[in-house]
Amino acid sequence: MRTPDRKTAEVRHLLEGGPHPAVPAELAAQAAELGLRMLHRRRVVRRTLWLLLAVAVIVFLVWASIAQPWVAPPSTVTPPVDGL
Amino acid sequence: MRERYFSQHRRRTREFESYVAGAGGRLLHAATLLTAELPDDNPRARRLLTAALAETYARWDRLRGEDPYDRTRQELAARFARGAWRYHRPAIPGLPRPHADHGLLARLTPQERLILVLRLHEGVAEEQTAALVGLPADRVRAICTRAIATMRSTPPTPPAPAAPAPGVAT
Repeated sequence: MRTPDRKTAEVRHLLEGGPHPAVPAELAAQAAELGLRMLHRRRVVRRTLWLLLAVAVIVFLVWASIAQPWVAPPSTVTPPVDGL
Repeated sequence: MRERYFSQHRRRTREFESYVAGAGGRLLHAATLLTAELPDDNPRARRLLTAALAETYARWDRLRGEDPYDRTRQELAARFARGAWRYHRPAIPGLPRPHADHGLLARLTPQERLILVLRLHEGVAEEQTAALVGLPADRVRAICTRAIATMRSTPPTPPAPAAPAPGVAT
């Protein structure tokens, strides 16, 4: 009767054993190049998003200073005046 | 400023290359087990590992003490899980599948392979494996047990699937 640990060790041995693949010489260089490209792409995306945010803020501020939506519009309805 | 950028880039590349020189063999073996390819013909495993290493490189300056090996392994597992359907399509009759179905773990499903490799080859704890795979820990244990049983019930040499005539089998 084999314990589960024994079975696990057997399969682990199976995984570890056997021929190992040869590491291609250019693996590190390829990965570094790809990673550098990822880094650049992300930086471009991040900068574009920040730029977009800045433009949106400026547009909003300009619009707000022109439209001044917080100022209540002058009343068009004059309440009846009596008692004077 | 520019000088600093280049010296940082050089340092990062140097550190990264020495890391790959040390860990590349083990990682490639794990990737080849995952894709169930033959050790000497493993283009998918290489692509998978190159992408995972590239991600590690891109994060190299932000690792902050985290083990780059853990990072790469996590990325490898995530990328394999995301692309698993590509490794799992049913065989199309008449079309040979040159790179799959021959490796050591070809009899297992991609999920079983992923869990078996993480648990046994990489020695990742059950809870961490569960987090990486996105399953509860008891499911991970059950799948691992099933995978071990499958691996032990069939002979280590992969049998020819179509049972060709005796003498023709490789």
